[in-house]
Amino acid sequence: MNELTGKPIDRVDGRLKVTGGATYAAEFPVKNVAYGVTVTSTITKGRIKNIDTGAAGKMPGVLGIMTSENCMQLHFPAGSDPGAGKYAEKDLLPLQNDRVFYGGQHIAVVVAETFEQAEHAAAMVKVEYAEQTPVVGFEKNALTAYKPASGLGGAETQVKRGDADAAMQTAAVKTDATYTTPVFSHNAMEPHASLAVWEGDQLTVYDATQSVMGVKALLSAMLGVPAEKVRVIAHYIGGGFGSKGFTWANPFLAAMAARQFNRPVKIALARQQVYSTAGRRTQTSQKIALGADRSGKLLAVKHATISETSFVDEFVETAGVATPMLYSSPNVDVSHELVRLNRGTPCPMRAPGESVGTYSLEVAMDELAEKLNIDPLQLRLINHADTEEQKKKQFSEKSLKECYERGAKAIGWSNCPAKPGLTKEGRYLVGYGMATATYPANRSASSAKATLFADGHAEILCGTQDIGTGTYTIATQIAADAFGLPVDKVTVKLGDSMYPKGAQSGGSQVTASVGPPIRAAALGAVDKLITIAIADPGSPLHNQKREDIITGNGRIFLKDDANKGEPLVAVLSRKGLDKIEADAKTNVSTRPSLPAPAPAGSPEAKTEEESKTNMAVQEDENTDRSAYAFHSFGAQFVKVLVDPDLGTIKVDKIVGVMDIGKVMNLKTAVNQIKGGMIFGLGMALMENLQYDPNNGRIVTRDLVQYLVPVHADIPEIEVQFIDRPDLYISPLGARGIGEIGVTGMAAAIANAVYNATGKRIRDLPITPDKLIV
Amino acid sequence: MDNSQEDQEAQKTGTTRRQFLGQVGLASAGLQLVPLLSKAGSMLPDNEAAPAEPVTVSLMVNGSRKTLTLDTRVTLLDALREKLQMTGSKKGCDHGQCGACTVLADGRRINSCLHLAVMCEGTEVTTIEGLAKGEELHPMQAAFLKHDGFQCGYCTPGQICSAVGLVREGHAHTDEEIREQMSGNICRCGAYNNILDAIKEVQTA
Ligand code: FES
Ligand code: FES
Repeated sequence: MNELTGKPIDRVDGRLKVTGGATYAAEFPVKNVAYGVTVTSTITKGRIKNIDTGAAGKMPGVLGIMTSENCMQLHFPAGSDPGAGKYAEKDLLPLQNDRVFYGGQHIAVVVAETFEQAEHAAAMVKVEYAEQTPVVGFEKNALTAYKPASGLGGAETQVKRGDADAAMQTAAVKTDATYTTPVFSHNAMEPHASLAVWEGDQLTVYDATQSVMGVKALLSAMLGVPAEKVRVIAHYIGGGFGSKGFTWANPFLAAMAARQFNRPVKIALARQQVYSTAGRRTQTSQKIALGADRSGKLLAVKHATISETSFVDEFVETAGVATPMLYSSPNVDVSHELVRLNRGTPCPMRAPGESVGTYSLEVAMDELAEKLNIDPLQLRLINHADTEEQKKKQFSEKSLKECYERGAKAIGWSNCPAKPGLTKEGRYLVGYGMATATYPANRSASSAKATLFADGHAEILCGTQDIGTGTYTIATQIAADAFGLPVDKVTVKLGDSMYPKGAQSGGSQVTASVGPPIRAAALGAVDKLITIAIADPGSPLHNQKREDIITGNGRIFLKDDANKGEPLVAVLSRKGLDKIEADAKTNVSTRPSLPAPAPAGSPEAKTEEESKTNMAVQEDENTDRSAYAFHSFGAQFVKVLVDPDLGTIKVDKIVGVMDIGKVMNLKTAVNQIKGGMIFGLGMALMENLQYDPNNGRIVTRDLVQYLVPVHADIPEIEVQFIDRPDLYISPLGARGIGEIGVTGMAAAIANAVYNATGKRIRDLPITPDKLIV
Repeated sequence: MDNSQEDQEAQKTGTTRRQFLGQVGLASAGLQLVPLLSKAGSMLPDNEAAPAEPVTVSLMVNGSRKTLTLDTRVTLLDALREKLQMTGSKKGCDHGQCGACTVLADGRRINSCLHLAVMCEGTEVTTIEGLAKGEELHPMQAAFLKHDGFQCGYCTPGQICSAVGLVREGHAHTDEEIREQMSGNICRCGAYNNILDAIKEVQTA
């Protein structure tokens, strides 16, 4: 068992990616395609008085211009469950009226024969506005903050334990400070793109999405097209980081324009448009108060967050989400408030909540350690949470202490200067910092189909997608193990809404969600084959007991006598079958409630029925998880060098030790974690989406002004894993890893900068100007 | 920037500002550059909207000659992606800021989004599709695969072309130098360590 899972094999889609053969949304060779370029608003709030398309419409190659005046009407999306598809801006369905809620909002689409013609004509569209005074400026509007009822998927946003205020009175040592984080932009390298093709009443959309199933459900609901007539394809996605998890206007605009002008339409957003129309991380202001006794034991933790959202939807960045469980404390008070601004709606971005929340909490812990005169690492150990104190549950698996220990050793924590701002290496001030990383382990109901063909190769179909995380590769490893086949005999197909429903790529849940049904479907297919063999007088396994038969090297054989058996394909060929297949659905979810069963007669209902006799599914579904809380943890360590004259910060070394359950593929896992850490480095030192303080439009809307980490910013990074399977999350033992790498990183860097300079910067990003004043 | 600095810069970008302006001036006589440079079109008088005349351009891409009749505003990147269906070269920004569109022009790395196709007549263009010899990957492609020098793969063709160009330039040998000289190629997935390892392996082979 588990011969291939865990092995650092090369990505199965790697060859396509290094040869330019992987096809992304805007690249599918569709005949007769027309190009759509959107016109975006130049005001931040108001109404469109008039759109003059006269000159633009007459330009060569222009097929038409779609505006709110002439476009089709959309239906309001039914649900807002992110698993079933979440339209990002529920009160701003694309082009449905004349209202403008933010700068850079899509207000028209020019469709032309070529991209150049469409882009030129888009520049010639003349828009007259009735401008209103927009609500701009986060700090300025903090007084308008309100308490949202809940966060994404009904997440709690106000959490209390004990009496934090009373406990704070009695605490011997206290910290109380406010930490601020700016707006961050995902900036996936592939800008959002959609290519829509109608064939009669059948719609196919090639889309840059983290959820083919979600986009399908939304297209069906909002366009009013039966679900079986909609197909969404995303074989390769050029990164998402959350920006392609909610669905934005692009697939709708493409589908609407394609119908209106009776041509396939491709809309690939310009990089600049992505900043305003395709999500971002919200700005936050977080007030954290910690109270401890003299030994360092936390008595009270208060974490009050204000963030902002738009006027067209409500998104709460739950910065305090990890606070009630990260450390042991009898008294906790976590709150979230929202301010509405005339900006595009924020959305999840890699570790929504935890990324900015661990920045502030983990810097606050550093400040507390200093006041207590305790080593920051020691303070974490003193307050280690052995159980999940808010939910009063055991952790399914937690090896955080080991992470601290190994990380400290790898970075050389003993070299950490006890007094900040005094130690130099050459001319540079040197500093060390650390922080705890954390992210929940999520899992949702998912299905897969496994087929073994008579020629000896196997195929997996699953309606999830690989956004760069390695899902193709890991799914191949899982299926190969279950079939007992080598990797090159297994083909995994993802990114198509025609396949059985798989999880959306968000919340670090894909491996834990689709891994089990992929495994179960493959085991189910093998099981069917074994049943045939036992019943077949022509098989060497005729009349053997089921439990005595195992799989390996493409064969089925007796556990105790490997020679007694036959190749998998021999069973098929003797029966004249060209294939054998099995469907599996594992209805396991870490959310409070399970989804409703599939409608009777649907393919999904058939899969549910078949899964009742699938042993792997049954074992998985029958595991009692009620006593456990599922979280990954890690320890981040950083060494920085700061130029004392210029204030420039060079991250010299990063070490992260992660406790994420079983590592499915060491190669892709290390890469994922490093990617997360680099996201955190960007947060800490450079990223900042800035809005004009007067008119509220985005100022830093390109990659020259919105800085992201480049090669020269990145030191050697060391990643270690505890690699201890968590068999409560799933039989595979793997928790997700896409997001945890970013958590704690900004704090570790901020703490290291403090250690180097003695300057506590509580406002991200930490840029040189803040250090030299 | 003095001339020698500018020439050094050209090693990286494949063209100097002087050349670029010269090329644009020649290639675009009478053509409409407005939408390329600015979206402020609504502030222009209508007569600025004169159509561009199509021209015939002959490109040498991966060793084979491609003759296209093109709108003169078409960038090399869009000519590859939209006209020749060679979608290996990626568009990440269209402004020379990300490197996803990097190709080799006469062996030097350039941002194909900053070059008009009509400027490339007579240039040998090598794209990601032209690096492998049949089934045999170019050593840089093989090294990226081995070292997992990517995740989503969207920046990858640009990274690989840039890396091939870098090794050919022959002057980046330390980790520091390689990092510096690869900094025009952004990888938002953050596969930087692995990309460095891949380049070093090829460089020292
Ligand atoms: S697309 Fe050319 S540099 Fe970004
Ligand atoms: S691999 Fe995704 S941007 Fe580099």
